[in-house]
Amino acid sequence: MKGAAAIDPKYLIVFLITLVLVVGEARYHILGGYPRLATTLGICLATEALLSWWLRGRVANLASAYITGISLALLIKPQANILWPFALGAFIAIASKYVLTYRGRHLWNPSNFAIALLVLVAADSVAILSHQWGNDISTNLVIWAFGLVIAWRAKVLHVTLTYVACFVVFAVVRHFIVGGPLLTELAPITGPMYQLFVFFMVTDPRTTVSTKRGRIIVVAIVALVETLIRLAGDYQIALLRPFYVSPPILALAMVGPVALFLDLRRTARV
Amino acid sequence: MSRTWRHSVVTAAFIAAIVAVVVLNGRAAGSGLGAGETIHLAEVAHASGIDFVHQSPALDPKVNHIAAHIAALGACVSVADVNNDGWPDLYFTSSRFNAANALYLNQKDGTFRDMAAEAGVAAVNRAGEGVSMGAVWGDYDNDGFEDLLVYKWGYPQLFHNLGNGHFEDVTAQSGLRTWMNSNGAVWLDFDRDGLLDLYITGYFRSDIDFWHLTTTRIMQQSWDFASNGGKNLLFKNVGNGHFKDVTDSMGVGSTRWTLAAAAADFNDDGWPDLYLANDYGPEELFLNHEGKRFELARAGLEDDSKSGMAVAIGDVYNRGEHDVFVTNISEKGFLFQGNNLRLNFLKQLGRFDEVATGVVADAGWAWGAQFGDLNNDGMLDLFVANGFISADSTRDYWYAMSKIAGAQGNIFEDAKNWPPIGSASLSGFERSRVLLNRGEAGFVDVAPEAGVTDLLDGRGVAMADLFNRGLLDVVVANEKGRALVYKNTANPSHWIEFKLVGTRSNRSAIGAEVTAEIGPGRQRQVVDGGSGFCSQNDRRLHFGLGDQALGGVTIRWPSGTHQILNGLTIDQLYVITEPR
Repeated sequence: MKGAAAIDPKYLIVFLITLVLVVGEARYHILGGYPRLATTLGICLATEALLSWWLRGRVANLASAYITGISLALLIKPQANILWPFALGAFIAIASKYVLTYRGRHLWNPSNFAIALLVLVAADSVAILSHQWGNDISTNLVIWAFGLVIAWRAKVLHVTLTYVACFVVFAVVRHFIVGGPLLTELAPITGPMYQLFVFFMVTDPRTTVSTKRGRIIVVAIVALVETLIRLAGDYQIALLRPFYVSPPILALAMVGPVALFLDLRRTARV
Repeated sequence: MSRTWRHSVVTAAFIAAIVAVVVLNGRAAGSGLGAGETIHLAEVAHASGIDFVHQSPALDPKVNHIAAHIAALGACVSVADVNNDGWPDLYFTSSRFNAANALYLNQKDGTFRDMAAEAGVAAVNRAGEGVSMGAVWGDYDNDGFEDLLVYKWGYPQLFHNLGNGHFEDVTAQSGLRTWMNSNGAVWLDFDRDGLLDLYITGYFRSDIDFWHLTTTRIMQQSWDFASNGGKNLLFKNVGNGHFKDVTDSMGVGSTRWTLAAAAADFNDDGWPDLYLANDYGPEELFLNHEGKRFELARAGLEDDSKSGMAVAIGDVYNRGEHDVFVTNISEKGFLFQGNNLRLNFLKQLGRFDEVATGVVADAGWAWGAQFGDLNNDGMLDLFVANGFISADSTRDYWYAMSKIAGAQGNIFEDAKNWPPIGSASLSGFERSRVLLNRGEAGFVDVAPEAGVTDLLDGRGVAMADLFNRGLLDVVVANEKGRALVYKNTANPSHWIEFKLVGTRSNRSAIGAEVTAEIGPGRQRQVVDGGSGFCSQNDRRLHFGLGDQALGGVTIRWPSGTHQILNGLTIDQLYVITEPR
């Protein structure tokens, strides 16, 4: 037990995303081909190793690059058999950690930045994981069982639970605003993209604010912005169409960096 | 090198990568358009006397909120020479109660005349009986006249061609009167006994009566791996107009959501196999073991789950193989399932290789498709019909549908949980694609240059040399729209055509294969018992030759007889009767 307790939470996250990969591939061939995984993972790891060595003088721990690589391999669903979204997405994700920084901290979760960028500027080539998950509750239960324990061990359970609670509340709100079945509004959170979002993206300790209270507020705002994007989708606001293909990821891409920037500036003053 | 300078280099690389994304995406968006190519088509439906307009079914009010989605099927076209006058005729289906199907007889002067009512094959959409979803022609009793099977959401109907311009409904005594929600059927002689058998596919479950729903749990339980669709049925023709359900003993009762089926001898063992395009699931290939049983093959299909809509068979690179094109869904930003172009390497590698890229992969929400040499250059081109629901162009159902698409199965399969579609479009107003085959240079989309610009919701596509000119024309059945006839106006080039008449084999010669040596290659085609999506090409096989020499021609009849023809004169139709 002492040994288990001593495990760095980062490696528990590595275990969890590997579990998602293995279960998803074994049951649903979620990857769509191993070249996608090899490309994304290889470039993520190589870019992280190279840039950390070149810019900081030492090769960084590659665990977070591994998580980013797997996330991108699972989330990117491109046109036909093209590989460049995986290659460029992987490089952009990791490079963003070294380029888009403030006071030594990168502002975006790497996979969140890359995915948001790809769906916004490359919509003719890239879609996001939406349903390749078998629509099977037993798969989700496995992910959630491990995910909740690991989120608790990683001390980010409050982020996950706050997001889920806010999603449910806002789903009810949308149901009353938009009409239509309540389950329609609740349904997205049972989908595959959300499993990656709630356990790997929104909880990323490197891109969340410094206080527990702050993290709860920020994730609630993410859920709120997501709801605004969803309402834009319901009311067919054409200008925002690029956003409502992936509301939570784009909401986090907008809210997360602003919150972290303000938090870093506040703590610097203190 | 200073740290600042190094950081600048990384920043520059970062920006360059983003620029590369934009550039590569731009290429994907605009890639493949061809100019000055050699396919030319002119839409002549009205001028030819064809003014058929498909009507969609009206369903139980319990699914009113998504009726536009559920009921967006049923526009079919099938080709046959119904009266044996040597000119192809056309049958179109409609899908609303009391709406008439149409049988357009070729008047041999460039026009057609609807004779369905007189023939007795018009009034088939009736309350209590169901509505048409498609039709296939086949001479099931080998009397020399093509008979008609209309498959439905309801009871299928078999019409015996009496040979005098009239048809008799023989469903009751045929053994085919089984309620199905079917969107496809194919004639094949699976046991090679000389009698055409019938494979009818199920889409929605067969216990669902769309006009008296007892539950709203009627939808697929998964977007990618659904297996709660209607059961496909194989009927063996036992002679004397009787069919026997042999589905379970033959092992072909898939309950995936099959939208299309095609039959051909994919593995060259002499027995016709079945290839299925399944919506919400992987494609399936059932290999025929000497007419005794079918076996679901592991042929590289099972890992690639999409939304199959149509199966077109063609020899893409003149390798003497039956390759397969299966249409799927692509929608910018939301979903790139992509069409599949599967090259047949069953004999060499035991599998198909998926090679679709660019314009072949991404045609929008693709439906019917057929191979055919539209410019007589010796390579098979592709015509792909697209577009699902064209309604209010300012409203789009994709976002609303995306909310439910990833949901758990028990939420997803209940229609009442689906958001209302209202007046929204869903991948509407998409144009058809005309993909010119340039061999190793790949396919290029020449639709606008070829004159194909309609934005109707295409479903069934069939090809035939409608005007006996040695040029393939294209007929498109459109959902809730008028049927289109694209007359081929390409410059004449060399060709040869074959009409096969079976003797030991089924009279329609369905399943017979012709392999023609064209220049350095050899192109293989199979007589069609139903293919594409709810469609059937003309029974006559058309080979474009371009300026290439025609070598030997081999016919493999379903009976097993091989026939080799040499020294044929080109630019002619040959009527070949099977040696007894």
